[in-house]
Amino acid sequence: MEERVVVEKIVKKYKTKKTELIALNGISFSVGRGEIFGLIGPDGAGKTSLFRILTTVLLADSGKSSVNGYDTVREYKKIRQCVGYMPGRFSLYQDLTVQENLEFFAAIFDADIKKNYRLIKDIYSQIEPFKDRKAGQLSGGMKQKLALSCALIHEPEVLFLDEPTTGVDAVSRKEFWEMLHRLKEEGITILVSTSYMDEASLCDRVALIQKGEILSINTPEGVREEFRRPLWAVKATEMFRLMNELAGDPAVASCYPFGQYHHVVLKTAGDDRGVLEALMKKGRYEQAEILSIKPNIEDCFMALMNK
Amino acid sequence: MEKDKVITAKGLTKRFGDFIAVDAISFEVEKGEIFGFLGANGAGKTTAMRMLCGLSLPSSGEASVAGYDVYRQTELIKRSIGYMSQKFSLYEDLTVRENIRFYGGIYGLSDARIKEKTGLLLQQLHMEEQGNSLVRSLPLGWKQKLAFSIAIVHDPAIVFLDEPTGGVDPITRREFWSLIYAASDRGITVFVTTHYMDEAEYCHRVSIMVDGRIDALDTPERLMKEHDAASMDEVFLRLARKATRTGE
Repeated sequence: MEERVVVEKIVKKYKTKKTELIALNGISFSVGRGEIFGLIGPDGAGKTSLFRILTTVLLADSGKSSVNGYDTVREYKKIRQCVGYMPGRFSLYQDLTVQENLEFFAAIFDADIKKNYRLIKDIYSQIEPFKDRKAGQLSGGMKQKLALSCALIHEPEVLFLDEPTTGVDAVSRKEFWEMLHRLKEEGITILVSTSYMDEASLCDRVALIQKGEILSINTPEGVREEFRRPLWAVKATEMFRLMNELAGDPAVASCYPFGQYHHVVLKTAGDDRGVLEALMKKGRYEQAEILSIKPNIEDCFMALMNK
Repeated sequence: MEKDKVITAKGLTKRFGDFIAVDAISFEVEKGEIFGFLGANGAGKTTAMRMLCGLSLPSSGEASVAGYDVYRQTELIKRSIGYMSQKFSLYEDLTVRENIRFYGGIYGLSDARIKEKTGLLLQQLHMEEQGNSLVRSLPLGWKQKLAFSIAIVHDPAIVFLDEPTGGVDPITRREFWSLIYAASDRGITVFVTTHYMDEAEYCHRVSIMVDGRIDALDTPERLMKEHDAASMDEVFLRLARKATRTGE
């Protein structure tokens, strides 16, 4: 696999007079060409610091990293030519129109909009009807599409997308991911961060990240296989009472609400179903339902957080 | 108005020039209910919520919140509700205690009541030791839980939550929802917007707005059954895909 991004033992700390915050605590991974690599974790996990280091706008305290074969410290100018970066906060010029923003970014990178239009066609054509509208007056979903168009217009080899779908509704999120998969077909390598755990399944590989440390790196399927204990989904009337009782029971290792079910792991393996049935019976729950299920990424993330 | 209806809306509409942001929506929310208010970006959720909070006058239609009229009694509405969003919550450069004191004062609680509430709230959140820390120094998840508790410090009839859990880790997100359940158990009505569809399934009832109208309103279970879907995510995608609006 041709490696496009290599991160080796990167450490980044933010110091004030009294406190020291460790944003990245010696993390390492690499990403291959044409891969969609997801950094999955909550706010404050260190995702943005890492993106800023890789896009050469922030220096690490120690460790090494390279993008497209170029060192992020010594060869930062070369990296800036070949990456696209869409920061978490809206990065466009609010008082320029849609078209002016695109022309501005193309000019900075000395890129030819006509030549590279095929890359952004699917995305940009959706906002082209509003090309004379100021970027500040666009809706969230449209801003996101314009920002992606601007990050792509110079035909980057590696694309960094920092929480592109935060605050975006489920429909627009789905469309956005479909666009990323089309870009992948063009051979573009994509690093994308998100705090929506369900988006992990749309990546080729993911790193689950929390408090500056990587909890797991694997394919989404591989992450789910690492969850080795039997997982159960339970449901009954009075879900709130059921939650509290299960969470407080000595036989239960963890119990978390997941939509209309609670996901339960027991402390000792054995006759799990029997144990759960007895608990439900003791509490006199009605319409009790107990299902054996496969863990999703969020189950895995929470289990790893508790380790 | 029936006694146990905390929100009633009939044909509630908001126009901006030719644009109908909220198009004659009608619904009722009961006391203690957790009501999920879903919709794509630009569907009209924020505009509808602003009218219900007494921040924006409707163009037509009727609505009452906590028994007060949204045209004539907006100040009384503001006193009867709590509000929290991901963007606006606490003052970062005040301590935890100072934030409670500040909001308690704004909502008109007496000094004695503020003192009592401060103790209770710190205890409930297991934050006794952080009382004198600046809010800035707290992890995001703690801030969100604190912000919610402060939004209901005056025991409002209703609390409006606008995407309260964005960006927090999955365990904290669930702890946050147990606070919501506890508030609902105490009889506080919870009106919540979210982009997490599993959270929609935690609500007692859910409405889905599409192009300014309420397209679906029922319990999550019945909505899933009706649309032959395994999750609220599927229901939402199916309904929201019909939208013709692009902006907000």
